[in-house]
Amino acid sequence: MKKLTFKSENISKLYNRKLILEKVSFSLNEGTSFAVTGKNGSGKSTLIKILCGVLSPSKGTVEFSVEGVTVPYPDYYPHIGLVSPYLNMYEEFSAEENLTFIAKVRNLGSESVKRAEMLLMEFGIYDHRMKEVKNYSSGMKQRLKYCAALLHEPEVLVLDEPSSNLDQYGIEAVRKFMKLQKQHGILIFATNDKDDLEYADTIYSVENGKA
Amino acid sequence: MTKMIWNMPIPSIPLRMEKREENRTLQFIETMTLTTSYHIFVKEFVSEFRTRYALNALLMFVVTTLSIILFSIGKESPTQDILSGTLWIVIFFSAMSGLSRTFVAEEERGTSMTLRLLVNSSSVYIGKLLYNFILILFLSLIIAVSYLLFINEFEVKSYEIFWITIFLGSAGLASASTILAAIIAKANTKGTLFPVLAFPILLPLLLTCINATKLSTEGAFLTEAVKEFQILISFTVVMVATSFLVFDFVWKD
Repeated sequence: MKKLTFKSENISKLYNRKLILEKVSFSLNEGTSFAVTGKNGSGKSTLIKILCGVLSPSKGTVEFSVEGVTVPYPDYYPHIGLVSPYLNMYEEFSAEENLTFIAKVRNLGSESVKRAEMLLMEFGIYDHRMKEVKNYSSGMKQRLKYCAALLHEPEVLVLDEPSSNLDQYGIEAVRKFMKLQKQHGILIFATNDKDDLEYADTIYSVENGKA
Repeated sequence: MTKMIWNMPIPSIPLRMEKREENRTLQFIETMTLTTSYHIFVKEFVSEFRTRYALNALLMFVVTTLSIILFSIGKESPTQDILSGTLWIVIFFSAMSGLSRTFVAEEERGTSMTLRLLVNSSSVYIGKLLYNFILILFLSLIIAVSYLLFINEFEVKSYEIFWITIFLGSAGLASASTILAAIIAKANTKGTLFPVLAFPILLPLLLTCINATKLSTEGAFLTEAVKEFQILISFTVVMVATSFLVFDFVWKD
């Protein structure tokens, strides 16, 4: 088991001169989970993007370390798995092609083929793996995003609205992985769903700025 | 242990596979650039051949502009200087109508964030630059061959100079338009902004290309065009080097 820490210190974000986030600080260790709640437009997704390194904070730092060695921000993205409404798959490719592309650019090796198949089965889209993603329903696209996020076995799994667009089977599959991630890595998610919040060790309200 | 989802028996999946890379960040950074760029390059091509967004637009543009030039020339006999200029006007505007697609499409489809999370910015830049270069080279070759076939007044006497100019001009166009495409991809007025930004940057390149093409129609020796080639190579090297340095900022912010 690796020793992982994920730390955020005084993150603030100004967007169009408006302060979206103010001094968000928390520290997470391996085997913990962190939920972000708040009204629509309160900055949940902005915080998620900053934590994943796809958006720079106006102030503050995010730090990720493995076995005590700090990986500079935002170079730790190989360790992150993100599912977000802002993140899409290539619609002109099939699910299999999307996962193959991700495996290749992440340099995951031949083992990823087996893992991709297992994830596609787990999320119930194995039979549709050869279809182009543009023909998928929104729920199937969401399931594929989970397959893509989990393909490289991320140390930190970050989910923005984990249950959105999913039916009951999809939600069950997602929650199974949330539970596993919480046990073996770090889980961060943004939600307002009370059932999802049961998987959180710490709940942070963006509006109040309190955990 | 099996579980039923959508009436399909599935095996229970372990969260972690048995073998696991020990230093993922280091391994990732070591293998990142060239191999990853190649995969991005291949992805761009497969994507383009399936959607044909850029290719169809570019080919239609070539057909339309060449037809207009043919009709406007009529029975007139324009000078080689004018014909050299119009050749590069066609190549420039064709490039403007298609080369921005590589980044604009990522933004429109919402895949730019996916790519940002998957690979480092250098790999994205190199992959997209190579794709744009091959696309504009292919297009320039089609334009040049069509120009030679259909415009009888355009007579090239030194083919070495002509083809080297086409090659180097395409490299220069790709080098400048790739970084510009990345800059304008997030703007609301992408279509108009791209040629407006590109024109002042590409002006020295276009003037040099026109001069070199003119030399090829005059039957100049290869050594006489060396200065033009040096300018074209320098332009491309400066553009690629500068773009490589600023791309990380453009891509992430």
